Amino acid sequence: MDPILLVLATLDGIAYAALVFLVAVGLTLIFGVMRILNVAHGGFYAIGAYAAASLVLSVSGADLNPWLTFPALLVAAGAVGAVLGLVIERGLLRHIYAKGEVLQLLVTFAAFMILEDVQRLVWGVQPYAATDPVRLLGTVEVMGIPYNAYQIILLPAIALLVLVGLRWFLRHTLSGKVITAVTEDRETAITVGIDARRVFTITFVIGAILASLGGALASPTTAIQLGLGAEMIVLSFAVVATAGLGQVEGAALAALLIGLGRSFAVYLVPELDVLIPYMIMVLVLLVRPQGLFAVAEKRRI
Amino acid sequence: MRLVRFLPAVLVLAVALLPLAVPWLKIILTVALAKGLAVLGVVVLLRAGQVSFGHAMFFAASAYSAAFLMQGFGGMDLAVLLLAGTVCSGAMGAVIGLFVVRYRYIFFGMLNLAFSMVLYALLEKMFHVTGGSDGMAVGRPTYFGFELARTAFETALFYTSLVLAGAACWCVHRFLRSPLGEALSAIRTNETRLEYLGISARRVLLIAYVLSAALAGLGGTVIAVNQGVVTPDLGYWIRSGEFVFIAILGGAGNVLGAFAGALVYELVRFYAAAMAADVWQMILGFVLLGIILFASRGFVGLYQDLVAVAAPGRPGRERGRKR
Repeated sequence: MDPILLVLATLDGIAYAALVFLVAVGLTLIFGVMRILNVAHGGFYAIGAYAAASLVLSVSGADLNPWLTFPALLVAAGAVGAVLGLVIERGLLRHIYAKGEVLQLLVTFAAFMILEDVQRLVWGVQPYAATDPVRLLGTVEVMGIPYNAYQIILLPAIALLVLVGLRWFLRHTLSGKVITAVTEDRETAITVGIDARRVFTITFVIGAILASLGGALASPTTAIQLGLGAEMIVLSFAVVATAGLGQVEGAALAALLIGLGRSFAVYLVPELDVLIPYMIMVLVLLVRPQGLFAVAEKRRI
Repeated sequence: MRLVRFLPAVLVLAVALLPLAVPWLKIILTVALAKGLAVLGVVVLLRAGQVSFGHAMFFAASAYSAAFLMQGFGGMDLAVLLLAGTVCSGAMGAVIGLFVVRYRYIFFGMLNLAFSMVLYALLEKMFHVTGGSDGMAVGRPTYFGFELARTAFETALFYTSLVLAGAACWCVHRFLRSPLGEALSAIRTNETRLEYLGISARRVLLIAYVLSAALAGLGGTVIAVNQGVVTPDLGYWIRSGEFVFIAILGGAGNVLGAFAGALVYELVRFYAAAMAADVWQMILGFVLLGIILFASRGFVGLYQDLVAVAAPGRPGRERGRKR
């Protein structure tokens, strides 16, 4: 393989992995605490992307400092995640905690369907592109190859920040420890007086904000159009399943693995690039059905 | 009000006679029956407590196999297409099934979704073979050896679908009552005990999975011939979501509910989708939530309640409630 292509594929893979990680880590966090796979997560991602693109476009349209587009991305992500997260957890999931796994899955799937049309109603069917943040940061040379700084410096930096921040939050703050306690053993946590419902709300909102952050950060480099959410929920599920459901650090490694696999496929076997993430997942699951980093649960009779 | 007990029979008769009175309804009713067959596949898996978010892939696979056969041989008989489509998706179900039956609930649902997304992407990307998002045209096949004109063929196809639907209902009903079918329900209630009886849960689920894939395939062939064109949209996740939706609407785990749900869904969609194209999925989402939260037994549940009210003392209501 041409060394230039090799470097390009690696850079693409890292940039892509950073985005996928942001979405997947929210998904896995929510699953770890609530034992619910939130299919609506794809909707959070897509709406985060749409909202960020709109805000960025209006900032660049108005006579403002173009660097304000960066805080615009974050504001859009935070607002979308907080509002949607609260509405769906409080309004919907709260009523189904006692129901079976399949019904919970169906409920989040229904929420996903609803969010899909929310996008269509608010933003229409035409694709959006808001590339200002990418242009502002310019390019950097990596091993002699110019590459845009937004994707290769900013995105991985934010992903790392989220990973380290989340680790620190879960291990060294009281709220984080409470969340970990509920993840480990919900019954015991409730018995010692932890308010599981509050933990659920907090976790779900954090997860939702991470998903819409992923969408917002993806918006400057992707064409934002309908169907974005479905692709992302399936891909981030592949990442989460490869790592093992509920594994935060594992999700980062699995995202890197799948991101690199996909970008190499784009250069080597372009017809199969959609297949590679799932082939990686299937191979991993065949050898380790519980995922790379999870410990198999004991069967209860 | 013993009449209520004959409601299902009356409905079947009404569906069979409706196209004679309103000829243009034929196409819609055929689509409903085709979807009903796929929904029946979803219902089989629901019996084991598993939900597949990717069953449209079998629907699409058999539809494309019909298109390939028609194109490759420059014409084919409907009987061959139906058989080939069913066998093709059954075989695909066996391969994918070998992998997915190792998993339950979340993984089962999402892995199916992942496979269907892969098929959708391939159908769209392999432009030279599948025609990309424009899809492929499917000509009109001969009908068991006869060359039929368009209207005659549509009528013949409708009644064939009706017969197929009836046969499929009967077969699935018998299957669910057989020891294998009972073992399937046991996967939902207590899989570990099932294994202690010496029955392999994976094997039982695999057989059910192949059956459900074949049913979806049968429906896919019917829809390909009915529409005269196949597109990757047949395998999109929205389609799979529709099947799950209809299965829940009709009454999860009920054989007749699958077709009752599909008919109501298709008729409502025909009238409402034009008015509310932009919010159609939103409406589906809200109805799905409503059923899950407030009427989890769907149409069949409503009917059983009706029977119980009409004839107090009959066991209809209790039987429905018991899980």
